[in-house]
Amino acid sequence: MSMPSTQAPAVAAPVATHAKADVAKLTPKISIKNLEFFYGDSRALKGITLSLYANKATAFIGPSGCGKSTLLRILNRMYDLYPGQRATGEVMFDGDNLLRDDQDINLLRARIGMVFQKPTPFPMSIYENIAFGIRLYESLPKSELDGRVEQALRRGALWDEVKDKLGASGLSLSGGQQQRLCIARTVAVKPEVILFDEPCSALDPISTAKIEELIDELKQDYTIVIVTHNMQQAARVSDFTAFMYLGELVEFGATATLFTTPSDKRTQAYITGRFG
Amino acid sequence: MASGERDVSEVALKGASAPAAVSASRAAVLRRLRLTDSLFHGLTRGASLAVLALLSGVIIALIVGAAPALGTFGIGFLFDESWNPVTERFGALAPIFGTLVTSFIAMLIAVPVGLMVAFFLTELCPKVLRRPIGIAIELLAGIPSIIYGIWGLFVFAPFLQQYVQPLFIDTFENVPVLSTLFAGPPYGIGMFTAGLILAIMVLPFVTSISRDVFDAVPPVLKEAAYGVGCTTWEVFRYVVLPFTRVGVIGGFMLGLGRALGETMAVTFVIGNAHHVSASLFAPGTTISASIANEFTEAVGDLYTSSLVALGLILFFITFCVLAIARYMLMRLQRQGR
Repeated sequence: MSMPSTQAPAVAAPVATHAKADVAKLTPKISIKNLEFFYGDSRALKGITLSLYANKATAFIGPSGCGKSTLLRILNRMYDLYPGQRATGEVMFDGDNLLRDDQDINLLRARIGMVFQKPTPFPMSIYENIAFGIRLYESLPKSELDGRVEQALRRGALWDEVKDKLGASGLSLSGGQQQRLCIARTVAVKPEVILFDEPCSALDPISTAKIEELIDELKQDYTIVIVTHNMQQAARVSDFTAFMYLGELVEFGATATLFTTPSDKRTQAYITGRFG
Repeated sequence: MASGERDVSEVALKGASAPAAVSASRAAVLRRLRLTDSLFHGLTRGASLAVLALLSGVIIALIVGAAPALGTFGIGFLFDESWNPVTERFGALAPIFGTLVTSFIAMLIAVPVGLMVAFFLTELCPKVLRRPIGIAIELLAGIPSIIYGIWGLFVFAPFLQQYVQPLFIDTFENVPVLSTLFAGPPYGIGMFTAGLILAIMVLPFVTSISRDVFDAVPPVLKEAAYGVGCTTWEVFRYVVLPFTRVGVIGGFMLGLGRALGETMAVTFVIGNAHHVSASLFAPGTTISASIANEFTEAVGDLYTSSLVALGLILFFITFCVLAIARYMLMRLQRQGR
């Protein structure tokens, strides 16, 4: 292991354990450059530039209304559903600007999956909830589809709880189980990136712990982006953290560094609980 | 009432000084309150019972009125096509057939169109257009049926006769089933035209109810569906529709109820012929159109009784539709949607 001084300052903090990894070895999965976002006439994001690294978890933190969810929803073009919302700048995803007008949005959303604040099982059985997304893109024989569903449910740490009632409605599960079903559903379509929009804010502590554990495992195969209000959660699950305030990116760096030696006063004030 | 309450509180304040007087006046107040309350109970119960009484009254009147006809013709009344006032031989087959066929045509057209309009209004429509289109559809529901009737007779039927029906007849001439459905001379009026008019009349019901239930779908659920890469159609088909099916079925049944019972507009355009014909272009009749058309000229008890029997049958069909709707909703709710 090389001396910290030879590394980039952002990852040189003494307590940075998992963030100590060579930043040079990291490949950016998504690079955001000069991103601006408008709700009608009001500017919600101001010149955001940052990189989301492959197979790492990046957390967006900040007080309500700072634009962290907005930023997340740009990454899978969810804002397209609403007229009057637009983004300018550049978001390179594997070398392709995903803000392009002729972007295939359905395919994009399959490659960049999303898990929402509230669990959103579709009004169908547990099995169908998973199989639905798979069938959109692949036509598999029944046996293979069964395998994929099981695999996804195992991935979502839900298989053992639901394997005997795959035909039951997705809505019959508890809140925490529903959220894991949604994660399994997202994983089932084999995305490359998974976006989490405050995935635990509607859940109890035990379900939260399960989901955090899951996110940690998913990192091996996917690039994770998570928006959270909960700073402990950001500290627990993420490798990198972006602190946002009033539509600006205030500070971005390795989580351990940002939480122990923030370079900006506002970051320090926020993480120590003085505002927000 | 207000003075009564004040009495109670004054009495309560002075309570300790004169216990006997207090309990006496309090008892009087309570008696009065109990009286008004039981009056209120009685009124509400009476109103509810009146509904039951009305309903059973209608049923009994229908059954009594229909008894001579049903007694004469028996169960065969349902399967007899003839309707001859001169020989006094009546059968309900043609009106029942016409009622079911026109309603079926109406729902076949109105339901898909209504669902599409509702989805467009809730999901895809620019905000500026949303209100005007919504209001236009509600106005469509407000047009009195007699206006649909004269419009159907003087404008719509001649248009169909001249342009649409010949086209259908020519196009499907050599297609096995369709050539039977679209056969015969283009009269303009007939079951096909009646079905189309009914479709227009039912459309606002289906649309406005579906729009309301589509609006109730949580946006985040739709986002989640878009989030796994669904197209708009897939979101509609697999998420919005299953989520709202209870409400959509409710709208469907309401529309069907209206289509089955609609009288005036249908009477204008259906041709009022007691025939069962395979061709949709042929004139026919419906139950309500027959009754409306013929009750003034119904001389003879058997004729009148036959018309009342038709009414009883319509009542029964509508009742069945409602019962089926209830049953389906119950089953859906038991499944937890």
